[in-house]
Amino acid sequence: MSAAGVTTEAARPEAGARARPGRLWPRGNPWRHPWFLEGFAWLYLLWSLVPIGIAVLFSFNNGRSQAVWQGFSWRWYFADPLNSVLHNPDLHAAVLQTIRLSVYTTLICVPLGVAFALGINRWRGKVSASANFAMILSFVVPELIFGVALFFVFTQLFTFVGLGTWAEVLGLVTWNISWPAIIVQARLVTIGRQYEEAAADLGATPMQTMRRVMLPLLAPAIFASAVLVFSGVIDDFVIVDLLNSNVSNTPMSVYIYSQQRGGNGGPALNALGTIMLAMSFVIAIIGYLGYRWMTRGERGSQVDALASLAGSD
Amino acid sequence: MLALPGILWLVFLFIVPLYAMLAIAGGKLNLIFEQPVAVWNPLQWNSANLAKAWHDVAGAGASYGPIVIRTVVYVAVASVLSLVIAYPVAYYVARFGGRRKGLLLVLLIAPFWISYMMRMLAWIGLLQVNGYVNKALSLVGVAPVSWLGGLPVTVILGLVYGYIPYLILVLYAGLDRIDPALIEAGRDLGLGRARTFIRVTLPLSRQAILTGMLITVLPMLGDYFTNQLLSGTTSTTMIGNVIDGQLQTPAFQAEGAVLALMLLLVLTIPMIYYVVATNRSSRSAA
Repeated sequence: MSAAGVTTEAARPEAGARARPGRLWPRGNPWRHPWFLEGFAWLYLLWSLVPIGIAVLFSFNNGRSQAVWQGFSWRWYFADPLNSVLHNPDLHAAVLQTIRLSVYTTLICVPLGVAFALGINRWRGKVSASANFAMILSFVVPELIFGVALFFVFTQLFTFVGLGTWAEVLGLVTWNISWPAIIVQARLVTIGRQYEEAAADLGATPMQTMRRVMLPLLAPAIFASAVLVFSGVIDDFVIVDLLNSNVSNTPMSVYIYSQQRGGNGGPALNALGTIMLAMSFVIAIIGYLGYRWMTRGERGSQVDALASLAGSD
Repeated sequence: MLALPGILWLVFLFIVPLYAMLAIAGGKLNLIFEQPVAVWNPLQWNSANLAKAWHDVAGAGASYGPIVIRTVVYVAVASVLSLVIAYPVAYYVARFGGRRKGLLLVLLIAPFWISYMMRMLAWIGLLQVNGYVNKALSLVGVAPVSWLGGLPVTVILGLVYGYIPYLILVLYAGLDRIDPALIEAGRDLGLGRARTFIRVTLPLSRQAILTGMLITVLPMLGDYFTNQLLSGTTSTTMIGNVIDGQLQTPAFQAEGAVLALMLLLVLTIPMIYYVVATNRSSRSAA
């Protein structure tokens, strides 16, 4: 669409000028530049991003305020011997817990979701339809309700798990399983069945077809979903908030929330937030470059890569 | 066969937890330890917790009634406001993004990659009594406002700020799919800008608006942290705060389960609509 759109866009002003817009379009030239929309869109972007920039700036504040600038310092990252992220045990435990949860969850969730997608895709029937329904339901059920349900299952039924890191990982895997399941299913639909059938005709066993044909074709989708799961876990809050049991299994998001709410806010929390942001951005850049590299040679790869990173694939 | 582990996982860690919530809601209270006792057999469920929750929500002198109404009002205002802001932005990027579309998309997607807590921290800093918002207002002679002291407008702003990126992306995806030729046809046939929009663009983006509203309203209704961070007073308590608060005290956990179930029940129809709509669009893409 984009190529055609651009050429007509460029041709419009001339057409408008020739056709005396005042008479042809009594309500003004419909092809004029949308100044209002453009201004509105940029205002929105400023509103959505400038506050974050200021919050990052305040993680370098040389004082205890999150609102009044008192000069630049590294004290909240490592210079302060007691309250910096590097030296305060609770703060760096939070950083490590976030990384731990992201790694464990991604390692369990992605293979599980990919296998689910492959299985459901070729299995038509009531069981697969209802399993798929449950999977999509897990995608839309409000996180608070699901978190409450998990809280009860781990405190009342699966008491051998209890609250803590494993409860968090199990909950997060369920919460995120729809990413690989949905993205891989979408990719399977676009690939079609012909490659698989060709491989089978040429004498490949199902195992060989999977390894030599399907997995390479699915690699971009699997990769994109891994990126989404990993970064989703970094940012996750509700499930971990309800399932953590003490400070040793509290990740950054929950730590920021509980401290800020308890009146212990300060630039150290902004520093934690900035670290989360930096982690997410590194993952996003790896994801974008990796996706483009894997889909090199395919059309429209740039916008597709962006779309897949937003999970709207 | 490949799907089996995933199916088992969903059964044990999605279906069973939802059932556990039912078992607690229909369960009893251990009066000695003041702890909820789950009843796993549905035939033995009793309605004591349900009756208590219903009394608190809708009975005489109901304490949660006003909270439910407040939640609905906040979420309604926040979601309509989100739509009013999101639509023009998505429309601009989809129709007029041109060569800068890539950059604009990156900027629209950026909030997804920034932790929700960091986004709230940003406003906590700006809205403090000695923060930049009050400083800017003092330039035009407005006295400092205690924004974080329990103002509904702050909570609603927080909800809009928190969930609008999802809405914009859904709207963008929907608007980007509209064939520009249809809009041009409307213009060529003599419709003005406004009427082309109302007669052509708006009907074609109806599906995206519905899905986008769902994707923002569902999490807003279960939100408790935005409110807690930006206000933290009982004057702005929402239903999510009540449920979250009840989990902290074992004696109230069963009522929390009932309230969560009530919320789930109310949201079942929009959720199923969403699932059906998603299924339909993925099938039509095939």
